[in-house]
Amino acid sequence: MGVVGPGIAAAAVQDRGGDVSTTAEDAAEVKGEARSRPAGWGVLDYTPAVPSASSPTALEAVDLRLALGGRTVLDGLTLAAERGRTTALLGPNGAGKTTFIRCCTGVLEPDAGTVRIGGQAVGRALAGGRVGVMPQDSGAWSGIRPLEMLRHLAGLHASPLPVDALAERLGLHELARTPYRRLSGGQKQAVNLAGALVGRPELVFLDEPTAGMDPHTRRAVWALLRELRAAGTTVLITTHAMDEAAELADRVHIIDAGRVRVSGTVEELAADGRSLEQVFLDHTTSRIRP
Amino acid sequence: MSAPTLDLSPAPGAAAAPSRVLRQARTEFLLLVRNGEQLLLALVVPLGVLLLARVAPADLTARFGGLQGLAPSVLALAVWSSAFTSTAIATGFERRYGVLERLASTPLGRSGLVLGKAVALLWVVLAQLLVLGVAALALGWRPAGEPLPWLAGVAAVALAVVCFAAWGLALAGALRAEVTLAVANLVYLLLAATGALVLGPENYPGVWGAVVPALPTAALGESLRNASAGVVDASHLVVLLVWTLLGLLIARRSFRWTA
Repeated sequence: MGVVGPGIAAAAVQDRGGDVSTTAEDAAEVKGEARSRPAGWGVLDYTPAVPSASSPTALEAVDLRLALGGRTVLDGLTLAAERGRTTALLGPNGAGKTTFIRCCTGVLEPDAGTVRIGGQAVGRALAGGRVGVMPQDSGAWSGIRPLEMLRHLAGLHASPLPVDALAERLGLHELARTPYRRLSGGQKQAVNLAGALVGRPELVFLDEPTAGMDPHTRRAVWALLRELRAAGTTVLITTHAMDEAAELADRVHIIDAGRVRVSGTVEELAADGRSLEQVFLDHTTSRIRP
Repeated sequence: MSAPTLDLSPAPGAAAAPSRVLRQARTEFLLLVRNGEQLLLALVVPLGVLLLARVAPADLTARFGGLQGLAPSVLALAVWSSAFTSTAIATGFERRYGVLERLASTPLGRSGLVLGKAVALLWVVLAQLLVLGVAALALGWRPAGEPLPWLAGVAAVALAVVCFAAWGLALAGALRAEVTLAVANLVYLLLAATGALVLGPENYPGVWGAVVPALPTAALGESLRNASAGVVDASHLVVLLVWTLLGLLIARRSFRWTA
């Protein structure tokens, strides 16, 4: 993998704990300036507005900072996702994974920092149907039936996947008459996954896609995600399942307290014989005090 | 399980703006029609009132102006329930269930979402007015046929729909879904009973009688009763306009898309 995003170059494989203070200062400098401009137009906007297809990075987030309710959730988070590859985001609960996705999908506006999707500002990328999102919880009307939800989302895009074939693939056809609220957790996940893919986006955010799924479904989803990657779609996935990250990800970012602690391929991260889980434990902090 | 092959290669693109908005409106309309409670408020209760007005002894309904007075009031009541209460409750739960943030990240976007909602609401209100209007006529309502009062009446309905929906959104975008549900129902009942929606302001005693004409519910009720009686009073439109602008301003400032 020759192409590496600028944010990743600095991260490398070793722990970044040592240079936290310097990066925090650097970030504080640009923060004031970025604040005064609308998101997507800040000074950190160094990525030229190249056509999406030729941009090497599908997603580039630089120095994202966000405080919610007085708590710092994103603390200078910088990461990139390479085009056509699967990037996994690991981190303890509350590390900022979902908040990061929300910043990339226009739900939240970071206090500072920029997000570019295929070289475009978030709003433009979303409006162009470039991004698919599978939210962690719900995201559908309680009374809607699975195929209605998929047809609804498909209807918002120019050349969506055939809804019936997609539903068939994810086993949703048997649930055609069941309202969303009566689906099990795993079934809801399947609807949400299908909803993220139905518009044929170039970048897909999957927030804990297999949480609550049985092992059969989980493996079927993995197979689907591998196909998706083979077809050229960029996938950004968050998960707590180390085996899932190892199965799927070309690159793993472990984040903690709102910033990337360590990045690399699974092989690189586990090079010294530690398991991925051990690397995770070594680079993140527990929220539960024993 | 031999699944059909899917071409999973990216082919991003947005559907045309009008078809996105129509899609949103269709789905919202479908869900609303399927929702029994909403339908009850929107049609069954108003129809019941019309029927009661027809069959109840005259001295009982005299205070409401009999069927001739009640028919336009019932139309106002129907607009009030759909535009305010239904919008607030539906949107509150859409926010709670993450539907708003989910759709905001699609090509529909926030403006498409609001527009789609507006179109769906327009369909609902038109359907209500059609069904209730025809029912009232069939039961013996004989409104005045002068064009200017009805023009003012239609303008009042249009303004009221935007006004009530804006206040419904202001509520749904600021409070938790359960609180929105409670407050929306409470305000619905409170203003339906005391907001000069079904009973002219002259029927309210004392201070309230003086204050009530300044309420948007009174302005809508009076505009429709005036239209039915062939009278024009533009002051009601001014009241509605002020409440509409205020509602839009507050909704814009207070609305949050996330739960």
